[in-house]
Amino acid sequence: MSTINETRPADALRAGDRQADEHASATKPLGGIAGWMDDRLGGAKGVSFLAKKVFPDHWSFMLGEIAMYSMIVCLLTGAFLTFWFVPSATQVVYDGSYVPLQGVTMSDAYRSTLGISFDIRGGLLIRQIHHWAALIFVVAVFVHMARVFFTGAFRKPREINWVFGTILSLLACIEGFAGYSLPDDLLSGTGIRAMNGFIQSAPVIGSYLSYFIFGGAFPGEAIIPRLYSVHVLLIPAILVGLFTAHILLVFLHKHTQFPGPGRTNKNVVGYPLMPVYIAKAGGFFFIVFGVIALISAVVTINPIWAYGPYDPSPITAGSQPDWYMGFADGALRLLPGFLEFETFGFTWSMNIFPGSLILLPLMWTIIGVYPFVEAWVTGDKREHHLLDRPRNAPTRTAIGIAGISMYVVLFLAAGNDLMAIKLHLSINDITQTLRVLFFVAPPVAFWITKRICLSLQRADRQKVLHGRETGTIWRHADGRFEEIHAPLTPEERWVLVQHESLEPLELTAGKDANGVDSPIARKERLRAKFSRFYFRDRVAPATPSELEAAHHEHDDHAAALDGGHEAIEPAAAGQERETVKADKQHG
Amino acid sequence: MNDHETTDHGKSTALVPASSDGHDLLPASLITGVDQFENPGLPPHIHRAADDDPAAAKRAERQVATLFGLSMLATLVFVVSYFAVPDEATFFLPGVGLTKTQNVVLGLSLGFSIFLIGIGAVHWAKTLMSDEEIVEERHEQASTAEQRAKAVAVVSEGVGSTQLPRRPVLKYSLGGALGLFILPLGLQVAGSLGPTNIEELKHTIWDPKDNGGKPIRLMRDPEMTPIRFDEVTSGSVFHVMPETLQKYIDEGKHVLEAKAKAAVILIRLDPDLIKVQKAKDWGVDGVVAYSKICTHVGCAVGLYEQQTHHLLCPCHQSTFDLTEDCAVIFGPAKRALPQLKITVDDAGYLVAPAGFAEPVGPSFWERAR
Repeated sequence: MSTINETRPADALRAGDRQADEHASATKPLGGIAGWMDDRLGGAKGVSFLAKKVFPDHWSFMLGEIAMYSMIVCLLTGAFLTFWFVPSATQVVYDGSYVPLQGVTMSDAYRSTLGISFDIRGGLLIRQIHHWAALIFVVAVFVHMARVFFTGAFRKPREINWVFGTILSLLACIEGFAGYSLPDDLLSGTGIRAMNGFIQSAPVIGSYLSYFIFGGAFPGEAIIPRLYSVHVLLIPAILVGLFTAHILLVFLHKHTQFPGPGRTNKNVVGYPLMPVYIAKAGGFFFIVFGVIALISAVVTINPIWAYGPYDPSPITAGSQPDWYMGFADGALRLLPGFLEFETFGFTWSMNIFPGSLILLPLMWTIIGVYPFVEAWVTGDKREHHLLDRPRNAPTRTAIGIAGISMYVVLFLAAGNDLMAIKLHLSINDITQTLRVLFFVAPPVAFWITKRICLSLQRADRQKVLHGRETGTIWRHADGRFEEIHAPLTPEERWVLVQHESLEPLELTAGKDANGVDSPIARKERLRAKFSRFYFRDRVAPATPSELEAAHHEHDDHAAALDGGHEAIEPAAAGQERETVKADKQHG
Repeated sequence: MNDHETTDHGKSTALVPASSDGHDLLPASLITGVDQFENPGLPPHIHRAADDDPAAAKRAERQVATLFGLSMLATLVFVVSYFAVPDEATFFLPGVGLTKTQNVVLGLSLGFSIFLIGIGAVHWAKTLMSDEEIVEERHEQASTAEQRAKAVAVVSEGVGSTQLPRRPVLKYSLGGALGLFILPLGLQVAGSLGPTNIEELKHTIWDPKDNGGKPIRLMRDPEMTPIRFDEVTSGSVFHVMPETLQKYIDEGKHVLEAKAKAAVILIRLDPDLIKVQKAKDWGVDGVVAYSKICTHVGCAVGLYEQQTHHLLCPCHQSTFDLTEDCAVIFGPAKRALPQLKITVDDAGYLVAPAGFAEPVGPSFWERAR
């Protein structure tokens, strides 16, 4: 790759800044409390290293921060809530200030949650901040994950951190489920009831699992305290531990950066931790916390008082889990009943088991192993610190969108009843359509995404070779019209041409001297197939010689107009057209 | 370092890129460095208004200080309204509806007191702190060959001094002990989480044995009053619990466990609509009772569509047809809702003489055994 010039025009501009800095930093000796601490900890050694640590800037890097900060808000408000919440299923008669439920028998958990909402001053606010922060936490985790995926930030050396993140996102969902089940209202109780059904669907051990988890028959009095210790102790401990490792690895690897002028795979360009990142990231914590508090002030979330206490007999229409469990609930709505069968009197609930107990582990395993699959296909053992623009990795981007489309179908299925009511459609038609879409949407999404990525890459080439469209139309003396294209600056151009364009691997030594398949070749045949799948359609970035050729053509106006664009893209354009042809054959 | 980068990838000898020139994977152009654009280096640094103009810097300072000041004001509002706003006050918030005043005032003041600190800090960073980007070099993550060799040497020396390689008995006995010590802990948790009573899953309190062998009256849920046959008018729906539940309510124990399997829905249809003879026989003149616990995952099948005579489960939309003995006509459930046989006793009340003929609720492994 290229290196940065030692002397740049920018340095002249910065000369003034540096002088000002030196002038300001009249150094003081380390004393007082800081000195006392350093005598005992020796922390000063690390301070200069940490303070100078550089973080690159991009809006999408804030997604992970949102996740981190909303998790901290959850930990903080969650600690508050434990002061008043009573994790007990003991039945009591409500005598609090919420009139409609006075005299009703309910669990202590529900009574204390009503107490937090009505009798503890500011309690409702803390409860709503906790719930909103949890919802935003899981959204931010997923969107952050998508950012990391689509930019290829999971590549070496960050695979371990991707796996950590994968586990964190699964834990976030389970933590959320455990949390919203605690108030023991009718809605969350119905969720636990369904969970009992999911557990019972496990072949062989399902009934025993159910009795283990509920400490006897459903619902029993054990599930609330057990979920409580899972929610406030077990999962948070793992979450915080893994999250710390996640952040430490970001420090260790140094943050990835988007390609740009002056940014290479061997440097990191950005602002230092002290003071800019402390101010920006620290300030962003307050922004996230503040926005969550503002939302919680005006938008009610989970009005448990409206549902009433849990009772297995009544039910509300539109019973749905919190959004992040929606896709699993949707899977259960789509799985047709005929999948259940019996052998020798034993029941195989294949209408429930795959959607309830298999889906989550399976989905997260696929996500977790993806970096290793892609690394195997590309055979690429290099470190990658420059992010991919999603268009420059068309197959990966298309795989990601295909996966998301599958997720969205399941997510929509969880709202099939609401869609039916709001849109005045038949719930049966909606469900059938979504069943079909579950299989049809991913390949369609894959194909469309890949085509869009390749088109964007071609557009990038056009832009590099012919410049940016200015919107200015010139009329020539002979009556011709021409739009003026402005050439890109080297900085603008660099972003569009800096990427590698991988080519498919091909088998060479398929057979040894005796015509026998070499063992490597047999193993590698599959890999070659995958490689073709990934990199068969490629648009190479424009090169200086192509740009040169394009310039020559532009100088000769007549030729450019007669031949159109195709005439002025010699080598690579031909290759590109072949790719297009190949696409048509495959399509 | 550079050599490492370009040669250590793709150890495979059998695979090369399509347009191979001996290097695997990298397009030729990237390796040779020929015909490839140069990284133009960092763009010129553009000064901001506050960098050059003291007035702009002063303005930025004032803006930041104002934001922090407003935050303090919001904090003050929170403290005052914590004591001043009464607990029961409500008001109409446009777009939201009737809201608890305290929650809105406390939330907005807390939100702004926090939010404005953040906005102030970010504005400060963006206008006054240096916006000069700094370049930090990266280094290969892997340790050098010498460091690796040294690590291997240190570890093997340590392992060697334990004598493990020479004394396999130690290795296997330690492995066995470590492998097994988890067992007691796991056994304690798994063994004590129970108790298990799988047969209980097949039993409901509709069993006449729970009532001294006498038929069990159908009671309204939650009033627990008996239902007279002549009160069940055509098209009406009753949510029903067994008379035997009263004992649990009185004792205040295991009420929900009993209800979780005993919930029944009672509906009167035109008898001619019922297509299955058994369903007709187990009912009384078109009055039929079915388990209300969904055979999918156990939600209450609470929605009755009077026109179509369908029962719909609101959790996953399994649909059961009352005219077809509650067979599944749509959705993820497989089995029909179990029917509860009912008759009318001498006093004219509806009773269940025999309990359910099969386990109610969601499927489980041993259900049909």
